[in-house]
Amino acid sequence: MDTEKTGNNTGLFWKLFTAPIGKNNPITVLILGICSALAVTVQLESALVMGLAVTVVTGFSSLIVSSLRTTISPRIRIIVQLVVVAALVIIVDQVLRAYAYNASKQLSIFVGLIITNCIIMGRIEAFALANRPWLSLIDGIGNGLGYGMILVIVAFFRELFGSGTLLGYQIIPESWYIANGGFYENNGLMILPPAALIVVGIIIWVQRSFYKL
Amino acid sequence: MNKNSNTYTFLYATALVVVVATALSLTATGLKSRQQKNIEIEKKQNILLSVKKALGVDTVPDRSAYIEELYRRYIVEEYLVDAGGNRKEGEAFTMNMKTQYDIIREINASGISDEKKSELRRKLSLPVFVCRNDDGDLKYIMPVYGLGLWGAIWGYISLNGDFNTVYGAIFDHKGETPGLGAEIAFPKFFNQFEEKQLFENGQFVSIRIVKGGVTAGDRHGVNAISGGTITSRGVEEMLKNCLTEYKPFFEQQKTNAKIQ
Repeated sequence: MDTEKTGNNTGLFWKLFTAPIGKNNPITVLILGICSALAVTVQLESALVMGLAVTVVTGFSSLIVSSLRTTISPRIRIIVQLVVVAALVIIVDQVLRAYAYNASKQLSIFVGLIITNCIIMGRIEAFALANRPWLSLIDGIGNGLGYGMILVIVAFFRELFGSGTLLGYQIIPESWYIANGGFYENNGLMILPPAALIVVGIIIWVQRSFYKL
Repeated sequence: MNKNSNTYTFLYATALVVVVATALSLTATGLKSRQQKNIEIEKKQNILLSVKKALGVDTVPDRSAYIEELYRRYIVEEYLVDAGGNRKEGEAFTMNMKTQYDIIREINASGISDEKKSELRRKLSLPVFVCRNDDGDLKYIMPVYGLGLWGAIWGYISLNGDFNTVYGAIFDHKGETPGLGAEIAFPKFFNQFEEKQLFENGQFVSIRIVKGGVTAGDRHGVNAISGGTITSRGVEEMLKNCLTEYKPFFEQQKTNAKIQ
């Protein structure tokens, strides 16, 4: 994409921002970052925090790498990107431990593993190295949000049907449960990783027929 | 300047690493006190939950103030005991149960001579927390630590003044399977421990985790978690191994109570 010459900035910003949320979604269209989508979507809260953490990391790593792009020696290009991403991930991890302790406990190693999330390196390589900082920031945030959105949708169904709660609040009435004389039981499959694959698969199906991909 | 030259590459890498290292150490130092506070509050919360206090913790706006307040009100004493059940110098709250577990695991390893065992036991410093209920009843809280399927499991178990009947218990884990082993951290599992007994006719029997359901009236067993066999077994081992080391303390306390 030749963004340097485009005149209409607002339209471009908007396009960069929305494309990864819909038509160019990193998880459902590019199939990147699937592993963490399986791991952290048992509960809505951890999915929200993870989505936010990844958005911060994709946004800022794209911004920083893009600002440095003319100075980076091509020989150590990947190393520089890794250092930037790793540093940001550690900062996010430390901040979560200080301000969102419960969420950071639930996410445990998955915050550290943001480093290995393909979306981040993918966006840096494909976009930030060739575009201006502000555009890269928008692109990074858009991709992070696109990732977070899928996480939240998956977690919504997994928490609702797997635990009967949303954000920890009981949604399915207690009296419905077999244990309390009702007819309902939580679906144990939903809290196991395969359920995430099934839900992601359904989202991909819906999205492809919607955008006619 | 030539970006492909060795000098440029080295200087660039050095500068980058220095900048990043500074940023990281500043973040870590700046947030350290807050992070430690979180860990401390969580520990206090677990101790309180094991004596059925702080049950409304999820509904209060200021969790840390709430926990601190209850901890000050109910936990009246905390001390360390040695393997003989006598009090020992040192800070109980900051004692890391993991270090004690490492010793306990060595004691229970196969092929350890009795001599070596007693030598290892001399190194033990076991924390005890005392809670005074509103009616003046004293409850004794012991931390336990062990291994589940994927990593560490730990918890707190509280006993009545007879040093036999369980008053309450709470467990937590590092990363057991959600829906299976991770169920040990839910009330449905740990509430079963209430009113169970550690001793039978003066013999220490600990509490068994029974697969397939306990018979009604079993005072020394609770139901295992279906699908969480290894974690359940881990809880059983953890209770047996850790509480065995507390046994001299329990017995000493019981004798003291009789004398009085």
